[in-house]
Amino acid sequence: MIMSLQSFIEKAISPWMQEDGPDHDIVLSTRIRLARNFTDVPFPIMADEDSLKIVSNWIQDHFNQKTFAEGKKLEYISMRDLQALEKRALVEKHLISPYLIEREKESGVLLTNDEQVSVMINEEDHIRLQLYFPGLQLERGLEEAFKFDDWLEEKIDYAFDEKRGYLTSCPTNVGTGLRASVMMHLPALTLTQKMNKMVPAINQLGLVVRGLYGEGSEAVGNIYQISNQVTLGRSESDIIDDLHGVVNQMIERERYARKLLVEQSELRLEDRIYRSYGTLKYSRIIESKEAAKCLSDLRLGIDVGYLTHLSKSILNELMVLTQPAFLQQYAQQSLTAKQRDIKRAAIIRERLGLEE
Amino acid sequence: MDCENCHQRPATLHLTNYINGEKTEIHVCQHCAIEKGYIEGDDETYTIHDLLSGLFNFNTPMAKKPEPQTSSQQELTCPHCNMSYLQFAKTGKFGCSHCYQTFKDHLNPLFRRIHSGNTEHIGKIPKRQYVHLQKKRQIQDYREQLKQLIAQEAFEEAAKLRDKIKALEQASELNRDEEGE
Ligand SMILES: [Zn+2]
Ligand SMILES: [Zn+2]
Repeated sequence: MIMSLQSFIEKAISPWMQEDGPDHDIVLSTRIRLARNFTDVPFPIMADEDSLKIVSNWIQDHFNQKTFAEGKKLEYISMRDLQALEKRALVEKHLISPYLIEREKESGVLLTNDEQVSVMINEEDHIRLQLYFPGLQLERGLEEAFKFDDWLEEKIDYAFDEKRGYLTSCPTNVGTGLRASVMMHLPALTLTQKMNKMVPAINQLGLVVRGLYGEGSEAVGNIYQISNQVTLGRSESDIIDDLHGVVNQMIERERYARKLLVEQSELRLEDRIYRSYGTLKYSRIIESKEAAKCLSDLRLGIDVGYLTHLSKSILNELMVLTQPAFLQQYAQQSLTAKQRDIKRAAIIRERLGLEE
Repeated sequence: MDCENCHQRPATLHLTNYINGEKTEIHVCQHCAIEKGYIEGDDETYTIHDLLSGLFNFNTPMAKKPEPQTSSQQELTCPHCNMSYLQFAKTGKFGCSHCYQTFKDHLNPLFRRIHSGNTEHIGKIPKRQYVHLQKKRQIQDYREQLKQLIAQEAFEEAAKLRDKIKALEQASELNRDEEGE
């Protein structure tokens, strides 16, 4: 096995997630994604194995083991070299998409050792570069993504058209190829039923709100991802500005809703948070949905100041660690759903015990 | 609001469908949206139906049969990747960068629908490959700024900017005849 692969797969928390970013009481992370393609090579949907190899070989020849910036050395991992469970683990860390592993063709990912940059190769497009940042960092994110994009472009002829911009396989990405996403923890807005009203208004602004984690990607754990939908006819910085504006409003509303919750139902909220803490600390069997709900309560408890001895980085870690592939990775064996619920409870007890 | 399909999960997706010009709202959870084919799994945020209804005028979200099309549409095939127009409409994906040229007569309505009425790119330009285009855009931007400066009667700054534009134009030998207006 590739040496660094081990840490990509075994550590549930990416190095870049260790520090708290701006507005970390509500925003978990920011992701900037740019879709790019090679000119004159068919897009993966129509490409044969040889064409896809042209892309993956080019990427390996020019970027594998190369250093983009200080501490940013890239490693190419071919999906071919991974076990099913290892691929799932990368998905659970959001380093690759589920679509990349569904494709059984020549596909792979370039990762920096700090896991801040992930470049999926031969996904829906030849290149999907993604950069991750803790907290809300849209402007910085875009700036760094542009730098990285320029660096790639020194060695790649991109498919680009003066009128349409960066040409992508899906018409929903054409133009900038930019998808900027902000992952937010919105327990108070959810609890007070405000999210239902806000989502349609946000949609009207050309932004999309999705629930994150959980089987059908519903908003398990009160975590939402907000991203831009329009990629054509607007500049990247305008797209980012719009998103930032809406995210700021949501942050303010969530903070206000939390304040009201604390003021108006202090004991009930405190009770709820400590019950969840108790569940996580002592349960022997816990389903992913319940775990996510309780972890959300704990996070809220830390942010409003009830729980002072817990760190949020342990929650970030548990969010990933309690996913199916990671649980099995941790157990070093494949587990049934029931066994996973037992293992999940055990890991949570152990991790929270370390924090006591 | 609960998902109108399963009535179990909260509706996290609020989609707008245009059926024969009529607007319908659909409120479903992510799970049902994927199951019903309104959206694709994971990263895609558009609705496939939105996309296809623009091309084929499907009558209902679940309709399978496209309305009759002209034979020229059906025969249209990209010479570079062999993707047919029908295939493009079905998958909602381009097969290669040349498909944009091949299907160009059909793209503006589609792009308008997906991208809030927009059809043309105004963002980043590849640095190495399109130096020329970048200069052109830069000059356009400066001209806009120049107009504003003149309107604000900031003549000193305007003069500086005008020199900058001149230098850029000379360097790229663009629009020389428009100089000194
Ligand atoms: Zn549903
Ligand atoms: Zn083509």
